[in-house]
Amino acid sequence: MKSLKRYELSGSQRILRWLYVSLLIVMGFTGFGQMPIFKRYYIADIPGMAWAGKFYLTHYIHYLGAIFLLALIAYAIIDYILSGRRNLRLTASAYLRIAFLGGIVVTGIFRVFKNLPDVVFSPGFTLFIDISHLGFMMAYLFSAVFFLIIKSGWIVRKSY
Amino acid sequence: MAYEISRRSFIKGGLAAIGAVGASSIPVPAVVKGASQEELATLIDIRKCIGCEACVEACQEVNEPKFPEPKKPFPKMVPSRVKVSDWSDQRDVMDRLTPYNWLFIQEATVTVNGEEQTFTFPRRCMHCQNPPCADLCPWGAARKLKNGITRIDADICLGGSKCKVVCPWHIPQRQTGVGLYLDILPALAGNGVMYKCDRCYNRIEQGKLPACIEVCPENVQKIGPRDEIIKEAHSIAKEISGHIYGEKENGGTNTIYVSPVPFEELNKAMEKGPGRPHMKPVEDSMAHADNLAKAMVIAPLAGAAAAVGKFYKFTKTDNESEGSGK
Repeated sequence: MKSLKRYELSGSQRILRWLYVSLLIVMGFTGFGQMPIFKRYYIADIPGMAWAGKFYLTHYIHYLGAIFLLALIAYAIIDYILSGRRNLRLTASAYLRIAFLGGIVVTGIFRVFKNLPDVVFSPGFTLFIDISHLGFMMAYLFSAVFFLIIKSGWIVRKSY
Repeated sequence: MAYEISRRSFIKGGLAAIGAVGASSIPVPAVVKGASQEELATLIDIRKCIGCEACVEACQEVNEPKFPEPKKPFPKMVPSRVKVSDWSDQRDVMDRLTPYNWLFIQEATVTVNGEEQTFTFPRRCMHCQNPPCADLCPWGAARKLKNGITRIDADICLGGSKCKVVCPWHIPQRQTGVGLYLDILPALAGNGVMYKCDRCYNRIEQGKLPACIEVCPENVQKIGPRDEIIKEAHSIAKEISGHIYGEKENGGTNTIYVSPVPFEELNKAMEKGPGRPHMKPVEDSMAHADNLAKAMVIAPLAGAAAAVGKFYKFTKTDNESEGSGK
């Protein structure tokens, strides 16, 4: 019978995890920066934070972060399929986070697509992807904090 | 004559729009369905404008039902430095853009061939082909329609004014005390609704002309498919050795001005400031996003390739160690 054992990350995996968490923080911050709140609530007044109130700049950083995040997610998926599955398995909390992350990525891709010239979505769909992108992000954020508190990781080692 | 042809093709497009909506169950605006991927642009020949403001009055009259009716007193804003924007007691202002005046006549006196000449011309939203106001609106309140109109949905807008900040001409104007923010967190988020020209989208849905175009006694403006409008603008510009504004600005707009004098000169001579947009050259605001979007296609492929490379290397090393063990 299979039992669950906590999986200790290797050195390179720790770096990737650090990169992933850093990217999510940057994406979350610049994503919130797309709302006109950083100037209103003095964030942009903090010395060295004036950039946070510049919409085009935070948008640029958000796009740059998305490039790295997409690369990292693709790496993680393929790496798990090719070699991870043999000894590891995803936890239930990981599946939930993957669902939220998938929602963020898919709606984000549509947001990027919408911003291209000559691409016009219906008003209803535009509204849906804008609001749901934020909604998935909030869901991911709360779930990540919750699973951090209860110490539920993404993967466990398979043992027989 | 050219005006009639343009008008006919425009009305034809409008009727096609209405027909297309009837044939479809998808709830999208008629203009989106019926525009057949064709953007409509307006041509403004500033030689013809006499500054009578008939267009401004018609705009105010036709769009009055869309104008804000704010509730007063306004909710107390937090933090207190958030300023209210109230134009409800200045509805008659016609010499700049306000939430109650979406079109105004700009004036520039320049010297042409040694003679002073005053030009007047209508100013309003340029209806960009890739509008940053719509692209960057975090709520989807500002949108571009397939017929080239960019409009702000007053029922959804929270009045954060981001659209005004990112607009190269700072066109949208805010009215506090109205809109969805009053029902959410009026003190903490939002500040009213942003208003600007919607090129009479509802009249276009009915196959009518925008009010400013319909009433103009001098036929200063015309509307039609963008490629035809561009062609005509170039034809006029060639004929008068004139200049064009709006074709390339911000990556291309659906408002094309033709002038006998360079727009740099008009821009220098006109009064500019809040509610009075410039006529400077404008680079494509969304170009950076378009370039990075291309990289987003490559990024997952690079990530996947790295994972495959790692697997291949691991397998090779594994096989080699197994081979050396034999």
